[in-house]
Amino acid sequence: MSPISRGFHGRHRDATADTDRVPPGQFVTTDFPVLSAGPTPYTPLESWSFSIMQGGDTVKSWSWRDLQALPVEDITVDIHCVTRWSKLDTRWRGVSVDALLAEADRDARYVLAFCDGGYTTNLPIADVTGGQAWVAFGYDDQPLQPEHGGPARLLVPHLYFWKSAKWVRGLELLAADEPGFWERYGYNNYGDPWREQRYAGD
Amino acid sequence: MAGTAVRGRLTWQVATVGAVVDETPAVRTIELDVPDWAGHRAGQHLDVRLTADDGYVAERSYSLASAPGEPVAITVERLPDGEVSPYLADDLRAGDEIEIRGPIGGYFVWPWQEIVSPLLLVAGGSGVVPFRSILRHRADLGSTTPTRLLYSARSLEDVIYRAELDVVRNGLEVIYTLTRQQPPGWPGRAGRVNDAMLREIAWPPSQRPIAYVCGPTAFVETVATGLVGLGYPADRVKTERFGGMGGG
Amino acid sequence: MDALDGNAIGGLLHEIFGMEMTAATGTCANCGAVGPVAETVVYLQAPGTVMRCRSCTAVLMVIVRRAGVNCVDLSGMAALEPTAA
Repeated sequence: MSPISRGFHGRHRDATADTDRVPPGQFVTTDFPVLSAGPTPYTPLESWSFSIMQGGDTVKSWSWRDLQALPVEDITVDIHCVTRWSKLDTRWRGVSVDALLAEADRDARYVLAFCDGGYTTNLPIADVTGGQAWVAFGYDDQPLQPEHGGPARLLVPHLYFWKSAKWVRGLELLAADEPGFWERYGYNNYGDPWREQRYAGD
Repeated sequence: MAGTAVRGRLTWQVATVGAVVDETPAVRTIELDVPDWAGHRAGQHLDVRLTADDGYVAERSYSLASAPGEPVAITVERLPDGEVSPYLADDLRAGDEIEIRGPIGGYFVWPWQEIVSPLLLVAGGSGVVPFRSILRHRADLGSTTPTRLLYSARSLEDVIYRAELDVVRNGLEVIYTLTRQQPPGWPGRAGRVNDAMLREIAWPPSQRPIAYVCGPTAFVETVATGLVGLGYPADRVKTERFGGMGGG
Repeated sequence: MDALDGNAIGGLLHEIFGMEMTAATGTCANCGAVGPVAETVVYLQAPGTVMRCRSCTAVLMVIVRRAGVNCVDLSGMAALEPTAA
């Protein structure tokens, strides 16, 4: 039983936040913590592309300019990190994954997001469509910073934020689910913060 | 050779804060009364764990500023956006209790395998903390091993332990380099540690020196790369990186 | 947020292995690089602790803490040998 450290409060945690919006076990923060499993990649926009892959083939690919030409949305959402911080009313700009998957084979039931630096995360296709997911390149009216996943990251706010893969470069369409980076190291395959699905088996 | 057990349990225990000393406006040394302290080697560190009343827990590591045999002490620099360092450097009072675990480390320790080699210590900012332990231990041993401390600080006011470091001891040379601001008429070095400065100050590789580099990650990378570039074998350059930003 | 090194997880590794490990010698399963654990690249600000090879950046070790238990994946290390000292 650890003794309480007199007067220690830690990071700004907002105790007055509307608890209906805060999943179980989370603290609300006004910071935007930077979490990373590896070095920050710096991909020049002229080399950047986003691809839909299937069976080893590229189904469709967009350059940075191609992506910007798609319909762009401004989204305000709450985000929840498995490390227990939540941030409310975060403002993003990006392209809906629905637009990117429009021509893809929708018989595929799962996607594996792949990223610069080698990070991956898996999701059911049903969770990245129907207006639930974006490839986001703007945050708080600014271009998304590299430390937060820029040039572009996946944004899937209804799941724990490790699913919102930073430095995303594409989605691989899969018939069968395949665990990504954190899923292989013991985190939950799905990651619903409202059912507190943090670890495998939760 | 100091005999801290390599094997053996490392458990959290409650330490009581004793005397505190403000070294500079941003830096404080905190003495700790640790009931079951097993002794330590110069260069080791301890982990600190703080628990807020809502159960929130934060952990950080701090180098031991005290030499083996002295009362346990750590030196903490308040980082501007820090979560733990402002609490330790500003709020903690004598009599407060904090949880600690230690001593930790078997790589960044001195002596390493022998004492006779010339010793080069390169510190960036609060990276000087483990070197205070090493230099005090060296003095306690009565060692005359040729030793140079190259200490990079923003300004003279930011130099930690200055009174102690300015006392010339057998075979010890302390060289400051002030990177942002120098006092009027400052005869010493200015600017960041770079390859040219290392070439002038580091012991020649032919003398089989051993180097310890401690400070922010970017500083350690620059210096370690520089020393290897001068011909230091990689296994004679020991490194310890502190967090750059956001970790304090 | 800069990466740290293996020194930063000395306490955690001691907890896991029951002994000091920063001076232990690790071999990267990806590129074969050999060196002290203290010199690996460590990322602490993440859902888990990630240790990477300084030479090739491949993942060496991942530690995820779950309900007070450390789950350790060492598959990125071809070998890990504590020092005799």
